[in-house]
Amino acid sequence: MADILVKIEHLTKVYTMGDVEVHALRGVDLDIKAGEFIAIMGASGSGKTTLMNLIGCLDKPTAGSYVLDGINVHDIPEQELAHLRNQKIGYVFQSFYLLPRTTAYENVELPLLYRTKLTHHERKELALKAMRNVSIEDRAHHFPNQLSGGQQQRVAIARAIVNEPVILLADEPTGNLDSRTSVEVMAVFQELHRRGITIILVTHENEISQYAQRIISFRDGRIRSDIVNPKPRSAAEDLMALPPLDEE
Amino acid sequence: MSITAIIRIALRSLLRNKTRTFLTMLGIIIGVAAVITMLAIGQGAKKIIDDQISSMGTNVLTISSNWGSNRSTARSEAGTGTLLKIEDVSAIREQVQGVRYASAVVRSWGQLKYGSQNWRTQVMGVDVDYFYIRDYQTEAGTIFNSNQVRSGMKVAVIGKTVATNLFGDEDPIDKVIRVRNVPVKVVGVLKSKGQNVMGNDQDDIIIAPYTMVLTRFMGDRRPMMMINVSAESKDMIPNVQQDIINLLQQRHRDATSEDFWVRSQTDIAETSESVSNTLTILLASIAGISLLVGGIGIMNIMLVSVTERIKEIGIRMAVGARKRDVLLQFIIEAISISLLGGIIGIVLGYIAANVVGHTQNWTVSVNGWSVVLAVGFSCAIGIFFGWYPAKKAANLNLIDALRYE
Repeated sequence: MADILVKIEHLTKVYTMGDVEVHALRGVDLDIKAGEFIAIMGASGSGKTTLMNLIGCLDKPTAGSYVLDGINVHDIPEQELAHLRNQKIGYVFQSFYLLPRTTAYENVELPLLYRTKLTHHERKELALKAMRNVSIEDRAHHFPNQLSGGQQQRVAIARAIVNEPVILLADEPTGNLDSRTSVEVMAVFQELHRRGITIILVTHENEISQYAQRIISFRDGRIRSDIVNPKPRSAAEDLMALPPLDEE
Repeated sequence: MSITAIIRIALRSLLRNKTRTFLTMLGIIIGVAAVITMLAIGQGAKKIIDDQISSMGTNVLTISSNWGSNRSTARSEAGTGTLLKIEDVSAIREQVQGVRYASAVVRSWGQLKYGSQNWRTQVMGVDVDYFYIRDYQTEAGTIFNSNQVRSGMKVAVIGKTVATNLFGDEDPIDKVIRVRNVPVKVVGVLKSKGQNVMGNDQDDIIIAPYTMVLTRFMGDRRPMMMINVSAESKDMIPNVQQDIINLLQQRHRDATSEDFWVRSQTDIAETSESVSNTLTILLASIAGISLLVGGIGIMNIMLVSVTERIKEIGIRMAVGARKRDVLLQFIIEAISISLLGGIIGIVLGYIAANVVGHTQNWTVSVNGWSVVLAVGFSCAIGIFFGWYPAKKAANLNLIDALRYE
């Protein structure tokens, strides 16, 4: 548990929009250990999504250093960044970002296609295993438009974990979901965390952040508070407490 | 990432948009089909001309007086006719190196009569060599021999058209017909040759010994005579041509080289071939333009497709696709469209060429060369017109692509 998975020092990010410079991050220091479940809170524009994009290697920082799992991300070329995104990082987006007209199974398989030396059989096994982990394997041959929001997000989570990443990043994963489905998705995250996956989750809902072990608050591109949640809520228990729903 | 995986990704995304894929392909299909058909028709036309030229005989030279020159016009007005004499034929045969056959040719017209049937046709007076020069073969009976020529016997070989019109289903061999009221025995019927380059029916003819034609049909007038010669090989034609002119000048001391006209079959062939080549080039360029338009159609659709799929590209990059993977995916999509379109186009073009050939009664020939050209061209179009959109896709900024709505 003591391994430092993410080490961030003085990270800054400046966007230039025409003549205006937007300081999204103003020097952030952060250490994340393997096995943590972190919620990042903050109003919109506070820099939390920018930080996620940097941790997820979707974007490059203006200054500062970022070491992921012993690799200094600053030093490596674009080609290997793609490899890093493929192998070490799983990303879950607010609006799912599934490929349309593509079955759930094919969506989950997608990252595996960009990984060399996997046979068709191996790919199938890994994809189905990931889908089983989020209990969506019975929807494997449905298209995204035939799935509910919660189911789509499960497919997206399965896609994120299919390559067994060292870190799972979720940017407002419950933002497009109703409260019950949100709790369901949080239960999935907690279950994955219990199995040892490091999770960073961005949310602006206080309730959702209560399921994490550590809560970091952002304001104006800086960390305002970084506290340990003494008693995280259990999503599974909350689900039990909710009134049962008629399944279609 | 392996190339097979990228091919699989590209094909999957093509199959996901069947209508769009097909419509894009249509441009290429039409273009390639047009190229194949046009080239086949052009080649067919050329083949027809080649066949017609070879039906004239091989390595043939025609020697005649130059009717346009003042002296011969004066002579023919004076009733002295051509400069050429019968003796010139044997002189050419014996003294010019490289001459295989030589024959005098006198031409006339005559009314033929058999029973109640009448037919007006061309009467040729020739020597035996003429049949070899023009590559005439008999379908029934035989040609006349040199003894019959020497003694001026009233025998003749008739063409297929003449045989049909005079005899119908009857066997013409050994029948006596009247040519300008002269009784002539039919000894043979020629194999059909069809039309010549000028569109004349080569089977509408009666061929008789020139001795007989001269005495019976030309009267006392000096005949309008030509000499047909065949050279031993194509390469010898220019030499033979020059030697004949020299020899004739020697033999006719009062003549200049302008008084004789020695034309080779190659001259005629070259004219006809350049016409058919121009035709083929014209047809092929029209077809080529439609292929180009098809290619631009591919680029258009690929550009639309890139814009429409910006988010997809972002997602692919977010899960680990490299720039190269995206570039290859889009290029392979473009190549697949154009290659598959090319193959369908070849099949359609082949069918179209044969339908045209069948209905118009043309000989069309689809050759391997035009197929290779069409496939190669459609691949090249795929790469060429697919490159720009693919490059555009690969260079998208990941975050912008993901956020694109």
